[in-house]
Amino acid sequence: MDDVILDVRHLSHSFPLAKGVTVRALDGVSFQIRRGEIFGLVGESGSGKSTLARCVMGLLRPQAGTILYKGIDVTDPAQVRAHRRLLQTDRQIIFQDSTSSLDPRMKAADIIAEPMAVNHVKPPRGSLRAEAEFQLKYVGMDPAYLDRYPPELSGGQRQRVAIARALAMEPSLLVADEPISALDVSIQAQILNLFKHLQAEHGFTFLFIAHDLAVVRYLCDRVGVLRKGKLTELAPTEELFRDPRHPYTKALLSAIPIPDPRRERARPLYAFDEAAFDRGAPFTEVTPGHFVLGGEEGSR
Amino acid sequence: MNKLLEIEHLSVAFHGPAGTVEAVRDVSFDLAPGEILALVGESGCGKSVLCRALMGLLPAHAQVEAARLAVDGQDIRALREKDMRALRGRVSSMVFQDPMTALDPTYTVGAQIAEAVLAHRPKLPREAVRARVLELMALVGLDDAGARQKLYPYELSGGQRQRVVMAIALASEPRLLFADEPTTALDVTVQAQILDLLRDIQQKLGTATVLVTHDLGVAARAADRVAVMYAGKLVELGTAEDIFYDPRHPYTWALLRSLPSLSDPGEPLYALPGMPPTLAPPPKGDAFAGRNEYALAIDYDEAPPMFPVSDAHFAATWLLDPRAPKVVPPIGGGHHG
Repeated sequence: MDDVILDVRHLSHSFPLAKGVTVRALDGVSFQIRRGEIFGLVGESGSGKSTLARCVMGLLRPQAGTILYKGIDVTDPAQVRAHRRLLQTDRQIIFQDSTSSLDPRMKAADIIAEPMAVNHVKPPRGSLRAEAEFQLKYVGMDPAYLDRYPPELSGGQRQRVAIARALAMEPSLLVADEPISALDVSIQAQILNLFKHLQAEHGFTFLFIAHDLAVVRYLCDRVGVLRKGKLTELAPTEELFRDPRHPYTKALLSAIPIPDPRRERARPLYAFDEAAFDRGAPFTEVTPGHFVLGGEEGSR
Repeated sequence: MNKLLEIEHLSVAFHGPAGTVEAVRDVSFDLAPGEILALVGESGCGKSVLCRALMGLLPAHAQVEAARLAVDGQDIRALREKDMRALRGRVSSMVFQDPMTALDPTYTVGAQIAEAVLAHRPKLPREAVRARVLELMALVGLDDAGARQKLYPYELSGGQRQRVVMAIALASEPRLLFADEPTTALDVTVQAQILDLLRDIQQKLGTATVLVTHDLGVAARAADRVAVMYAGKLVELGTAEDIFYDPRHPYTWALLRSLPSLSDPGEPLYALPGMPPTLAPPPKGDAFAGRNEYALAIDYDEAPPMFPVSDAHFAATWLLDPRAPKVVPPIGGGHHG
């Protein structure tokens, strides 16, 4: 199984809310990401998707479970220390809000080159500036923007700079936490095309976290549906959209707005019965590669 | 039919250190009672400024010009703030994007709805106010209102909070509702419910609604008519069916083509090149010309007027001029694949 780049096993994490009250942000989540695929993780607010991204990136240590990244357990401090350099360079994250994830007082060139400077990487293209220029061109921006500050850039340009910074370390895995939610439709299209290009032409692996199912359907190879910390369904994208099994997945799919007034209005909403959500049900395979919480039982 | 809202040649400009920003440029449309009009466009296109101008909520330094700007037959340009306040409560109301900031975290939701009821009818006896609060909560689909009215905003989910905001907006029995991105902060499953609630209220009370959104799917679910804005101008106006099945403006084509839900995962998405222009000052000619693959020479010189396609469908593109070359639209033509 050397094509599995990320192996998440029984991951659980709770946050205390108030005295005696905790919220289970992640509850026994298991999945694998293969090299070169775009794995989509969808869920509504509070489903635990950002907590998962933070665990995968080592920004948060989960209370239970393991995350194997290229065979290294990133939840084990000893293993993290032993492989610090690989782990810090080989996984990169792109956040939703580029206004707060980019330092407004740094020029685009310095932002993009900073990871290399921090990690003392000898720039393969001579200088850090040449490196920044290369990465900026790579994400489709003119080198004229190298000396601009983030507030001088549009939302789409800022998100490209964030992507260029992530790519500067030539990572194997890119974790993108809602990278396009804050962008306008026409700019979203540019960034989605860029992700597809990076995967198809350069073999990058993505963990793509989103709440927009239409985007996930367009971009991802496989999709996992997260609800209140539980993975409820996991399947290849087309199969999930063609044959959703779990009632929650059905409800979620039925709620995607379609830009077609006649079909949109004729479409009934599929309500999800909260009481029927069985957290304890086993996560079983119903057809090859298609897992459902509660298996065939849960599909009814 | 009498019009609830009449806008003729409305322009809004802001004078600032960087020059004059023309945020809304020569917009005209009207709204009939009981109609839902979606105002669609990308960030910075002027849709929120337009709404605020109609509510009289713009800051004092905003320069508003119009040939006519009337709500319920009354010209609001001449109104003093005191009269405008009365009109705002009685005729029009607004629902904002983020229900968490629109509500006061230190009062129960019942008290906040009651406050809105009393603002509209100050002499209403306490019992009647209480009954009206419960009635409004039932109207917006908050069941178990008796217990729920005692809750604070943080104790409610995002969808429930937005329902409370709508109850407050409806407390004054407005005939016109402005909803500025009412579902953007909500999850998809909740979004659909709130949109259906908007339609439901429109059918029950005959309220006319201006729904501001950047999401074409939202417009498709809720709107009778759709107005597409770009760089402060109205570029296309028509029924929802006109806009989605027979769009005429290249910008509308681009918006529809860039949607992942209408695209084949095997193909790259259509991506509109470039960025919206700055509006201080707006470019000469058609503001969209630089990004428009169908632009004609005249687009760079002169902004196109609104050409009628039918009685209800208009588009501001020179492609509709009889002298223009015939172009086959890249999308539309009856229905989507």
